[in-house]
Amino acid sequence: MRRDIFHAIADPTRRAIITLIAVQAMTPNAIADNFHTTRQSVSKHLRILTECQLVKQEQKGREIYYSLEIEKMKEIDKWMDQFRKIWETRFNQLDKVLSTIKKQKK
Amino acid sequence: MNDLLFDFTLDKTKKTVYINREFDADLSLVWDAFTKKEILDQWWAPKPLASKTKVMNFKVGGRRFYAMVSPEGQERWSIQKYTSISPKTNFKFLNAFADKDENPELPGSEWDLSFSEENGKTKVSISIYNESLERMEKMIEWGFKEALTITLKSLEDLLATLSGK
Repeated sequence: MRRDIFHAIADPTRRAIITLIAVQAMTPNAIADNFHTTRQSVSKHLRILTECQLVKQEQKGREIYYSLEIEKMKEIDKWMDQFRKIWETRFNQLDKVLSTIKKQKK
Repeated sequence: MNDLLFDFTLDKTKKTVYINREFDADLSLVWDAFTKKEILDQWWAPKPLASKTKVMNFKVGGRRFYAMVSPEGQERWSIQKYTSISPKTNFKFLNAFADKDENPELPGSEWDLSFSEENGKTKVSISIYNESLERMEKMIEWGFKEALTITLKSLEDLLATLSGK
């Protein structure tokens, strides 16, 4: 099973968790209160997010708080940048093809 | 390189990528470049990959079955099934990776392409919806990275050949 950032954000519940803890660090119970799902299911998602290194845990007293690894989220932007470059290349190729066809027509 | 509009945005909540690009050509030529396989195959694959369209039936319910071919000859097949066509204005298709026997790997992505002309320039607006962002990552994983590091030599060769005709 792959454990990377894309696996982390592939699930709607996990995206919602990310959105929640992006604002403030939260305990698993506080996170679970936001979902109509079992505490167990939220724990599973938190475990996956942790394995993907997208969230970090911090012990405060008796509670564990989860918060977002902002740096890790930036990987998505890097990846988007690559996708953008593919289209840039593709469109530059199309520019040349169009210009060639236009010349042929004249 | 040029001053033609190009923007590219990702809406993570909508799981959609939006791409806008202007081309210095009239609408019917740009439309042809996106809807005729002879022209599509000349630019669709980022070099050094090559686009090879095996079947293309541009009508609602029809499909384009094509491969991206690496310089080593490795093929990555995809099917684009046309779901809506408004000539020279818009077309939509469902895109899915496939094996060489046309068995799709679902889910795919939903593409929506709009065309408009202004002052001799044609703007193309593309939206790509992906149920899974993981799948979008796959689109890049498969060989595309090569395209970023190579020269456009092979394309120039092709265009030189075409111009010579």
